Amino acid sequence: MVFQSYLKNCLQLSCILRTPKAGFRSSSGGLIIQSVSNDVYQNLAVEDWIHDHMNLENRQVLFLWRNSPAVVIGRHQNPWQECNLRLLRQKNIKLARRRSGGGTVYHDLGNINLTFFTTRKKYERMENLKLVVKALKALRPQLDVHVTDRYDILLDRQYKISGTAAKLGRTTAYHHCTLLCNADKFVLSSVLKSPYKGLKSNATPSVPASVKNLFEEDPSLTCEMLLDAIAEEYATQHQTDHQITLINPADETVLPGINKKTKELQTWDWVYGKTPKFSVHTCFNIAYKDSVLDVKVDMDVKHGRIEGCNIDLPEQWLPPALRSELVKNLTGSKFCPNETTTLATALLRVCPQDDDLHSRWNLLCENIIMLM
Amino acid sequence: MAAVTALRSGCRAAGRLVCIHRVRSCSSIRFIKSKYVCVFDKSAFKFSHQQRLFRTSAVSRGQIVQFKLSDIGEGITEVTVKEWYIKEGDSVSQFDSICEVQSDKASVTITSRYDGIIRKLHYNLDEIAYVGKPLVDIEIDASKGVAPEEDVVETPPMSHEEHTHQEIKGHKTLATPAVRRLAMENNIKLSEVVGTGKDNRILKEDILNYLAKQTGAILPPSPKGEIIPPLPKSETVPAAPKDKARKIPLPVSRPLVFSGKDKTEPITGFHKAMVKTMSAALKIPHFGYCDEIDLTQLVQLREELKPLAQIRGVKLSFMPFFIKAASLGLLQYPILNASLDESCQNVTYKASHNIGVAMDTEQGLIVPNVKNVQVCSVFEIASELNRLQALGSAGQLGTNDLTGGTFTLSNIGTIGGTYTKPVILPPEVAIGALGKIQVLPRFNGKGEVFKAQIMNVSWSADHRIIDGATMARFSNLWKSYLENPASMLLDLK
Repeated sequence: MVFQSYLKNCLQLSCILRTPKAGFRSSSGGLIIQSVSNDVYQNLAVEDWIHDHMNLENRQVLFLWRNSPAVVIGRHQNPWQECNLRLLRQKNIKLARRRSGGGTVYHDLGNINLTFFTTRKKYERMENLKLVVKALKALRPQLDVHVTDRYDILLDRQYKISGTAAKLGRTTAYHHCTLLCNADKFVLSSVLKSPYKGLKSNATPSVPASVKNLFEEDPSLTCEMLLDAIAEEYATQHQTDHQITLINPADETVLPGINKKTKELQTWDWVYGKTPKFSVHTCFNIAYKDSVLDVKVDMDVKHGRIEGCNIDLPEQWLPPALRSELVKNLTGSKFCPNETTTLATALLRVCPQDDDLHSRWNLLCENIIMLM
Repeated sequence: MAAVTALRSGCRAAGRLVCIHRVRSCSSIRFIKSKYVCVFDKSAFKFSHQQRLFRTSAVSRGQIVQFKLSDIGEGITEVTVKEWYIKEGDSVSQFDSICEVQSDKASVTITSRYDGIIRKLHYNLDEIAYVGKPLVDIEIDASKGVAPEEDVVETPPMSHEEHTHQEIKGHKTLATPAVRRLAMENNIKLSEVVGTGKDNRILKEDILNYLAKQTGAILPPSPKGEIIPPLPKSETVPAAPKDKARKIPLPVSRPLVFSGKDKTEPITGFHKAMVKTMSAALKIPHFGYCDEIDLTQLVQLREELKPLAQIRGVKLSFMPFFIKAASLGLLQYPILNASLDESCQNVTYKASHNIGVAMDTEQGLIVPNVKNVQVCSVFEIASELNRLQALGSAGQLGTNDLTGGTFTLSNIGTIGGTYTKPVILPPEVAIGALGKIQVLPRFNGKGEVFKAQIMNVSWSADHRIIDGATMARFSNLWKSYLENPASMLLDLK
């Protein structure tokens, strides 16, 4: 039964999307869609698709989505500055860069995302957030929630439960926000703490805030209830059906070209390569046999690649030719642990086969890789 | 006089049917399929027509227009410039993205209002830009004038009958550098192509269609000798120039329409690592030795052991057997697990058998190794392989896993192939590549034909310290362990 209504909704949706100017029988202004996927890249691609392809002159769209664990950074942010990439890799948490501005957020299934699509002229973030607050209060009148002038929603006047970002194009615009229902706060705080030192960058920094789940305030709340309440408030305000159309972000027939967008969002060049220019100036100690030595590393990274690199070591700890070979090879490579490891180990093949030398080399390279 | 005639025939062309609307490749797909638009508004047509006919041919430098940063909304007055998509000297079309600015959590894509050439960027990256103040200076064509503030309605596309080409001569053709190059490569005069873009700009599709028409015009003669016209409603076409090329069935070679360009990029990362390694490998004089192995018994053995390994949480492939057999062989022929120093004065016999396994990951070739195979059981090797494979596909292999190898096996057969010519990875002196397992007919001891599981192996070794006989004997020993797995039990430590 769910499947049939899903099909019906898909057909209706493809009608809407294909003939934007045709009148759709029950909606005059608003369309509410919900993603069936929890893949952050697919869902971000849907946002891109609607932004690029839908004509929103006579219609506004509300898109509801949730993701399996992922960290989403803003368009102009630096992932090294914003989160613990090592931890992300270990825990298999995805990293995505969205096209809207703003700061870094952690998503998991306990967090809901809302995207309000309008024409550029009708872009109005405060109204959208007030709608969300109204929905929350209608659901649970005792909740103390309000919108700040930084476009956050605070619970009990101190805990952030929602963050906002927006993207404006030539004719369309969207405003999306999160809403913490029951997210894993422990993972959230550990992944959003960057261990990387010595980074200097003009990337947009995130503003850390204390967060709280709505579930902690009222354990009877679930994500589904929140989604429903918001959809209902939206439907009321836009005088349209409270009917949520399900959308499959992998369906090319309904969203032609969507898979290409999804792939683009996953490329290294987008996620890491779009990081604004930054530099790393740091030093670390290496304990080797009976001594401890200081190593200073300076790198300039542009488009995610090492543009300039300098490694300061005590003289003769490594043969100078080898050190300069390392620097030369790092230049132009991605600021990425996997690539650096491959390069470093390849270089080791062509230098004298001395166990001591190999240990030193491995030690140095591992420390450099820790910076990435 | 000529101008008047041209005008008249032009009007007739317009009065006739018309256009196949081309969907531009730019972002806003408005789902417009083929439309037939009748250009009946003759006054509008005449006006634009006049513009084309009576314009002087020489166009001097265009007018520089300051494109101001338009209102972002919500009362925002300043934004930060975060990324430029163009640089000074680039040509832009209307609606092309110029830059990305950010204001208070909103990222805004600024698109161009004009066609032209960027002459000046008023801000550097990370500078604050002000709404209402100039963002870039664009030099636009003098002939076109400044576009109005609102979005310009697209002019109806023109029909492209051949005789309208003459009318366009003397008119400055608008085309992007890429389109001009394409025309030049195919020896096409831009003045002969009808542009269907904005303000008769010539698009890439116009060039391609022009080329297609050149050859498409050559149609095989139909039985009645009729000419098949390209557009359906062409009855009112004036007789003269249209049929010029249509009747001739001469085979003309189709000009190659290929607008791809060579792309040069620097070698970095995984490729650079390969360049380094393989260039060093060139110094090693390789010789090859190949053989085929009958794995019928091993296949059966593995089938029996797979579920046992599964229970212990390990996926058992053939590689652990190949690796262990190689290690047993290396115990008898340790020179294959050695290393020659740079000056070729000394050979070092390595005590540990750290057998490398070539792995194909998304980023490229990577060779982690299993340490100390000589003291590992087949199960331990399988488990270690699982770990390395998981790390390899996640791109998380550490330096320790990737260094210290003494001998390498490459199972290219999982992808395909039989015999190969593998390249030795310095500082090692030997490498083996395994082809795919095929079911082939072979003779058994009784002279009967049976189904055998055959795999090919190709060894390469450093001929400076390894001779053919050593390699052959090692290979035979390795082969005997695998063809009769029970014999491995005798020598397992």
